[in-house]
Amino acid sequence: MSHAETLEHEHHDDHGHDHFHDDHHKESFISKYVFTHDHKMISKQFLITAMVMGVVAMLMSTFFRLQLGWPGKAFPILETFLGKWAPGGVLSPDMYLALVTIHGTIMVFFVLTGGLSGTFSNLLIPYQIGARDMASGFMNMLSYWFFFASCFVMMISLYVESGPASAGWTVYPPLSALPQAIPGSGLGMTLWLVSMSLFIVSSLLGSLNYIVTVVNLRIKGMSMTRLPLTIWAFLVTAILGVLSFPVLFAAALLLIFDRSFGTSFYLSDIYISGHALEHTGGSPILFQHLFWFLGHPEVYIVLLPALGLTSEVISTNARKPIFGYKAMIGSILVIAFLSFIVWGHHMFITGMNPFLGSVFTFTTLLVAIPSAVKVFNYLTTLWKGNIHFTPAMLFATGLVSTFITGGLTGIILGDSALDINVHDTYFVVAHFHIVMGASAIFGMFAGVYHWFPRMYGRMMNKQLGFVHFWATIVSVYGVFFPMHFLGLAGVPRRYYANTEFPLFDSLQDINVMVSTFAILGALAQGIFLFNFFYSIFRGSKSVDNPWRSNTLEWTAPMEHIHGNWPGAIPEVHRWPYDYGKPGMDEDFVPQSMPMKPGEVEIH
Amino acid sequence: MNWLLILTIILGVAALSRLLKVMELSAILRGEDVNAMKDSDSKNNALIWVLFGGAFFYFFYWQVKNYADKLLPISASEHGVETDNLFMVTLVLITVVFFITHVFLFYFAYKYFVKKGQKTEFFAHSTKLELVWTVVPTIVLTSLIVYGIQTWNTITTPAPEDTPVIELYAKQFDWTARYAGKDNKLGNSSFRLIEGSNDLGIDVNDPHAADDKIVRGEFHIPVGKPVNFVFHSRDIIHSAYMPHFRAQMNCVPGMTTRFHFVPTITTAEMKEKTKNENFDYLLLCNKICGASHYNMQIKIVVDTPEEYEKWLNDKKTFAEQNAPKVEEAPKLDSLVMGLDSTLNKTDSLATASVTKK
Repeated sequence: MSHAETLEHEHHDDHGHDHFHDDHHKESFISKYVFTHDHKMISKQFLITAMVMGVVAMLMSTFFRLQLGWPGKAFPILETFLGKWAPGGVLSPDMYLALVTIHGTIMVFFVLTGGLSGTFSNLLIPYQIGARDMASGFMNMLSYWFFFASCFVMMISLYVESGPASAGWTVYPPLSALPQAIPGSGLGMTLWLVSMSLFIVSSLLGSLNYIVTVVNLRIKGMSMTRLPLTIWAFLVTAILGVLSFPVLFAAALLLIFDRSFGTSFYLSDIYISGHALEHTGGSPILFQHLFWFLGHPEVYIVLLPALGLTSEVISTNARKPIFGYKAMIGSILVIAFLSFIVWGHHMFITGMNPFLGSVFTFTTLLVAIPSAVKVFNYLTTLWKGNIHFTPAMLFATGLVSTFITGGLTGIILGDSALDINVHDTYFVVAHFHIVMGASAIFGMFAGVYHWFPRMYGRMMNKQLGFVHFWATIVSVYGVFFPMHFLGLAGVPRRYYANTEFPLFDSLQDINVMVSTFAILGALAQGIFLFNFFYSIFRGSKSVDNPWRSNTLEWTAPMEHIHGNWPGAIPEVHRWPYDYGKPGMDEDFVPQSMPMKPGEVEIH
Repeated sequence: MNWLLILTIILGVAALSRLLKVMELSAILRGEDVNAMKDSDSKNNALIWVLFGGAFFYFFYWQVKNYADKLLPISASEHGVETDNLFMVTLVLITVVFFITHVFLFYFAYKYFVKKGQKTEFFAHSTKLELVWTVVPTIVLTSLIVYGIQTWNTITTPAPEDTPVIELYAKQFDWTARYAGKDNKLGNSSFRLIEGSNDLGIDVNDPHAADDKIVRGEFHIPVGKPVNFVFHSRDIIHSAYMPHFRAQMNCVPGMTTRFHFVPTITTAEMKEKTKNENFDYLLLCNKICGASHYNMQIKIVVDTPEEYEKWLNDKKTFAEQNAPKVEEAPKLDSLVMGLDSTLNKTDSLATASVTKK
């Protein structure tokens, strides 16, 4: 370590000490719980906001599943929640599209990006690298409040008279640009774009902070190859976000221009509602390129943190080092790199140059290689372990299952020739819900159960955790596995009902089953919500380091203090995966424990 | 109803709270922490993993057994057969990987749950193993990529010059087909020319437009002959999805997109093959396009070449449709009909001999 760096560290430590000693003054409610700079509180803010959004999005999915399972049947509950959009309890086609759109938007951006990265990057980065807080607490605070504002605007858009955005979560123009085409493209869409812009600001502020923190604030001894895989995942995720979200911002900005200021970036040759529009020269395909240039890395922005959390949880609970630590880092990097050159596989049938299609097929299928490496490494980590099936471990192993199941169908969708016939069918819905939706949410649940003691100093109820997991994985597969068959039968996604096609009549019982499992799955999340809030207040007090884990966050006292550690931050002497190392006293060796004389560092 | 719902939620939460309280108290009586992990928890969950695994595999099998005959029937197009082969190869491959990896997952979960005195293997790294499972997937995927791209190239090779052109014109929420006519050239069209009954905006002054034939409600294509579809949209993006032919292409305003294929099974034959009298080929809209997206369809009929010629000849050309005087004289029209069919026959023979040369 160079002299300058050492100085930097000493300086930072002193800074932390100061804060700690200053800490005795009373913090006001506002500075402690609302406009807080503290990474632990901000992480809780992200988590609870995302949970509220998640409940909204989940309710929406049960609403449209009611319509899809029993098309045209009256459900009074729909009228209760949706009022004029479900007259007599029957969902209207416009509202169906709005629900599908907002469900997707909330889940992808607010729950699995804001919620997942926001919660765990904030909680774990300072704790696991041995820092007092984020590099910039103020930026971190802004990141949360922009996120909150963006959630707020998105929720407001649900109450607009002409309805919320309903052009699908990908908001392809011209549909999203022309209120004549669909009522949701009026004020609802404007608010959607405002909300997303705020979200992008939040994401960028957060991501820059994460990157700077990981790069600069690691404690002495915490080299990049001693970082827990969680931190690697968060770091790479943040880099992906910084590189790709601005492109979405550009795309959204141009769409705002087209909608409000008469430009023609995406619009051309349109005749609608009895009028030929003035727009010429634009291309709707341009939007798709810009959107998916973000959209595909976004998939990994969602997935990588989940994989990182899973690596940590699996290794800890299998009481074994994660297998192939460096290969895991390598595959994260390769996946991240590839994620920028595969976006075209969302656009195989837009009439793109066939040669380009071949290139995207090639790059897309390559993603399977690092993904396979990750799966095999997880399996090998389980092999000859001593596995503690905590609720977190169950969700982590569940992720391995969904990651395999959903990842494999990606080989079909990524193949341009095969994509032609399954593009935009339920096969796609099945694929991305399993590989990205379920896997990411499983990773998130694993994280919540595992680090709940770190967040609240209490344990979540394990029995409810078990029930929650088994009910969830059964409903995930009950909902999404049959959808593959719907897709192979040619059922397009985003259809309000399949009743207009006698062709699809025989598939109705599949839809009934899917909807039933969806409702079951939603109820199962009630168990989690109850457990979460009950445990915050009534859960049994956690012991120090309840999972006997190696990473630094467990060396800090369970009580949350400003600056995390009361004294000096423990130095790091080893990698985080010395579980079950022969010759050691216990089956775990915290990173802060110095090497024994003659001990060999293995990895 | 709503009160009932709220009441259920409140009672549910209350009941769960009581349940947890009872569990906590009984744990305290036993001198334990209710949430501390016990080895028996891991054992139980490991057993459930195995049960789940069995149920999962059975569910897979059950679905394949019950849903196999509900899937799309055999491909009705030439390239579709190749697509289906590629699909089957890929599907078999991923199913095998799916089963193998899941068997490992369930087996390891069951075999290695925590036990007193169970020794773990400190196994952090093995270049050999890692090399194996990097190289093997690479080889397998490389062959899939090559196979896939070859198939894609066959499908996307531009259609031969003389392939009959059919325009599929999309708008909220219906489809119109336009046949290029004798000259096999579509007349120019523009969204600015849309007016009254000319809802495709065809340029009346373009000589190529005169023999174009506009068809609504259903359109026909001949079996065994290539057809070259050209797609347009007048308002927003739609997608022309013809699942039985393994064909799909987006219709983008301001752009022309194409897809060509050779239908191989007539509608009549497919009715027999599927043992379904009501079977029809369909074109569905498969890109979200508004409230009636779920009902934007048009019927496709695959005819024998003779039936097709007859059907097409019965349709009026754009010029005929645009000449209102002809339409106002129904008597003359019906008189000509009889003659027409004989005329058409010689006509089609003439075309056939021309193409042979």
